[in-house]
Amino acid sequence: MAETPRMPETSDIPEAVAMPKSRRTVQLVWLIPLVAALVGGWLAVKAIMDRGPEITISFDTGEGLEAGKTKIKYKDVEVGLVKSVVLSEDKARVIVTADLVKGSERYLVEDTRFWVVRARISGGTVSGLGTLLSGSYIGVDLGKSGKPRRDFVALKEPPAFAYDVPGREFLLHSDTIGSLDVGSPIYFRRLQAGQVADYSLDKDGKGVTLKVFVTAPYDKYVTSNTRFWQASGIDVTLDSSGIKIDTQSIVSILIGGLAFETPPESADLPEAAAGTEFNLFANRTLALKNPETLVMKLVMVFNESVRGLAVGAPLDFRGIEIGTVTAIKANLNAADQRINLVIEADLYPARLRTRAVKQQAVLSEEGRTEFLANMIARGLRAQLRTGNLLTGQLYIALDFFPDAPKAKLQLFDSVPEMPTVPSSVRELQNTIASIAAKVQAFPLEQIGADLHQTLQNANKMIVRLDTELTPEARDAFTEARKALATADRVLESNSPFQQDARRAMRELTRAAEAFRVLADYLERHPEALISGKKEEKK
Amino acid sequence: MTTVLATAASRGMMLCHACGILARAAPHSHDACCPRCGAPLHLRKPDSIARTWALLLTAMICYIPANVLPMMHTSSLFGSESDTIMSGVVYFWTSGEWYLALIIFFASIMVPMLKMISLVLLLVSVQMRSRWQLVQRTKLYRLVEFVGRWSMLDIYVVAIMVALVQLQALATIQPGPGAIAFGAVVVLTMFAAMAFDPRLIWDPVEETNG
Repeated sequence: MAETPRMPETSDIPEAVAMPKSRRTVQLVWLIPLVAALVGGWLAVKAIMDRGPEITISFDTGEGLEAGKTKIKYKDVEVGLVKSVVLSEDKARVIVTADLVKGSERYLVEDTRFWVVRARISGGTVSGLGTLLSGSYIGVDLGKSGKPRRDFVALKEPPAFAYDVPGREFLLHSDTIGSLDVGSPIYFRRLQAGQVADYSLDKDGKGVTLKVFVTAPYDKYVTSNTRFWQASGIDVTLDSSGIKIDTQSIVSILIGGLAFETPPESADLPEAAAGTEFNLFANRTLALKNPETLVMKLVMVFNESVRGLAVGAPLDFRGIEIGTVTAIKANLNAADQRINLVIEADLYPARLRTRAVKQQAVLSEEGRTEFLANMIARGLRAQLRTGNLLTGQLYIALDFFPDAPKAKLQLFDSVPEMPTVPSSVRELQNTIASIAAKVQAFPLEQIGADLHQTLQNANKMIVRLDTELTPEARDAFTEARKALATADRVLESNSPFQQDARRAMRELTRAAEAFRVLADYLERHPEALISGKKEEKK
Repeated sequence: MTTVLATAASRGMMLCHACGILARAAPHSHDACCPRCGAPLHLRKPDSIARTWALLLTAMICYIPANVLPMMHTSSLFGSESDTIMSGVVYFWTSGEWYLALIIFFASIMVPMLKMISLVLLLVSVQMRSRWQLVQRTKLYRLVEFVGRWSMLDIYVVAIMVALVQLQALATIQPGPGAIAFGAVVVLTMFAAMAFDPRLIWDPVEETNG
C-alpha cells in the first residue's frame, strides 16, 4: 500500500445502534431437534407397533430361500419376510425365521401351512413360472384352528387345495396307489371335480388311504353309495362282449386320475359328509357293479375242457347275467379215478326277480334249494358256451334243456350242484369225430388195390387190341371201301341197272293204271264179272 | 500464540457483514445494528453454541433413520429390492467392487459421522474454554465446512438413478425414506457448521491475556 490509509481513532468509529432487547426465553432453534426427535420417535414407535409376530418354519432344504429377500405370500399378497435362514441344531433341517405383518397373529394357528412356491410341473399343470424370474417365495394357507402356534414345519409340496376352497374331503381305501399322486385329477362325468390331496400307507401296510378333495359344486353328488374308481390310463377290457377301451381324459391317461359316479338308483341318497370313507375300485365296471346282498353258491362239474373260462366269467341265463364264476378247480374223484373240473360260482337270485315283485319275501335257503331242485327237474342245466369266437372266451349258460337226461339236485360238499350238459361245441365236435371215425373205417386201401388191378387189366386189353386187332381192322376197312366203290358204280344214274329199273317202274305204273280202270269198271258193273264187258253205247 | 494480538471483540468493535462498516459496541446493550445500513451487528454469532448444538442433535437423530431405512427401492422384473446405505456397501463389497464400496462407505457413512464428531468436539472444547490445539481445531472447522457439500454424493446418485430408471414395468427406482433422512443429515450438519463461530475457539486466549 503506497498511501497509508487514515487510521481512524477509536472515537471516530460510530457506535452501533442499540436494539431493544427482544430475547426470547426459549430459543426457536431448539424446535428443530425437538421436531426431529418427535418425528423419529413416532416413526420408531410406529415401526415397533407395526411389527408383526415372528415365526419359525422348518424346511427340508433351503433351496431358494434368502434371508431378507424371500417373502411370505398369501394369495400373492406379501404378508411377511424371511429374516434369517439357518441350519437346525442337528443340521438336518433348515430353520427359517420370518417376520409377519401385524394382524397375522390370529392366522398363525395349528393348521396353518407353509410351503415353498417355485416353478414346478406336476399333475399335468405348470405352476409358479413367475418365480423363475422373481425367485421363490413361501406360500401360506391360513388355518382355521383356534390354537395359536409360532413354529411350523413346511410342507414338501404345495397343498392341492387351500382351506378356503369350497368342497369336501373324502377318504378312499385302496390296495394300491396305482399311478396316482398328490394333485391327480378326479373326474365326475368327465369333468374335473377335484384332486388327490394326500395319500398315506395304512398302518398295517395292507393298503393305501387317499385323501381326496372334491370341489363344490361337485361334492354334492357324492352320496354314501357313490363309487370311486381308478381312471388311470387306458382301461382295456377283453371279455365275452368284445374289446372295450375306457379312458377319461388325455391328462388322466398320462398321469392317472380318479373318477366317481353314483349309481342311478341311489342318486336320491343324502350327500355324504366330509371325511366319509369309500373303497377305491380298480375300474368302473367293478365300481358300478351292484353289491349283491343275496348270494347263492353253486357248483358245476364239467367233463370237458374249460380252457377260455376265467374266474369272473358270467353265469348267463338267456342273456341276463345272474352270477359269476368264482373258482375253477380240478377234482380227482378217488372213487372212479376220474378228474372232474369243478366250477364254483356265485348265483345272484335277486337278479331274476322282477321289479314288480321286489317286495316279495326273500326265500329261505331251504326254499331256494327247493326252487332250484324244481328247476333242475324241469330241465335247467349248465352249459359251457363260447362268448367270443375270436378269443375263445367261455361263459356258463344256464338254460332249460327238456331233452336232457333226468337229473336230481345233489349236494357237492354241502353246496348245491347244478347238473351240466355238454356244450354245443362239444356236441359238434362229437358229431365230427363220429363222422371221422366212419370215414376212417371205410376200406379205402382195399378199394384202391382193387381199382389198381382193374386198371391194369384194362391196360393189358388195350395193348392186345392194339397189336392184334388193328391190322385186321385195316384190311377190313380196305375191303369195305372196295365194296362201296362197286356199289357206287352200280348206282350211278346212267348205269344199265338204273335204266332197267326205271323202265320196269314205268311198266309197273302202267299196269297199276290198267288195274285201276278195271277196278272202277267192276265197281260200276259188278255183273261184268259174269257177263263180261258190254259194248259202250254211243 | 504468546504475543497478545488485538481482536475486534477485545476492542469492543463490530464489523457489519453487509456494508463492511466498523462500529463500536454500545455499552450495556447486547443487540445492536449497523449505524449505516441497519444490518444486525454482533461481536460473535448470536447463540452460536446453542444453535450448533440444536442442529447437530437433529442431524444425529436423522442419522439413525438415514442408515436404517432404505435409501432406494428398486423394482424390476426380477422382484423388488430395498437398499439401505450399508446394504449397498455390502453389496458392492461382496460383488468385488471394493473401491466403489469404499467410496460409498467414506462419503456416506464415515464423513457425516466424522463431521458430527468433529462438531461435538469443537462445541465441547469451546464450552470448556479449552486452549488445547487452537490452530488444529480451527483447521478442523474449516475442513468440516469445506467437506459438507461433498456428503451429498449419495443423494445425487439416488436422484440421478430415480430420474433415469423409469422403465415402468421393467424396472423402476424410487427414493426411500432413508434418502430424505440422509439429505437432512447433510443439510443439518452444514447448517450446524455455519452456525458455529470459529472465533469462539480463540476467545479463551483473549480472556487469559485480557
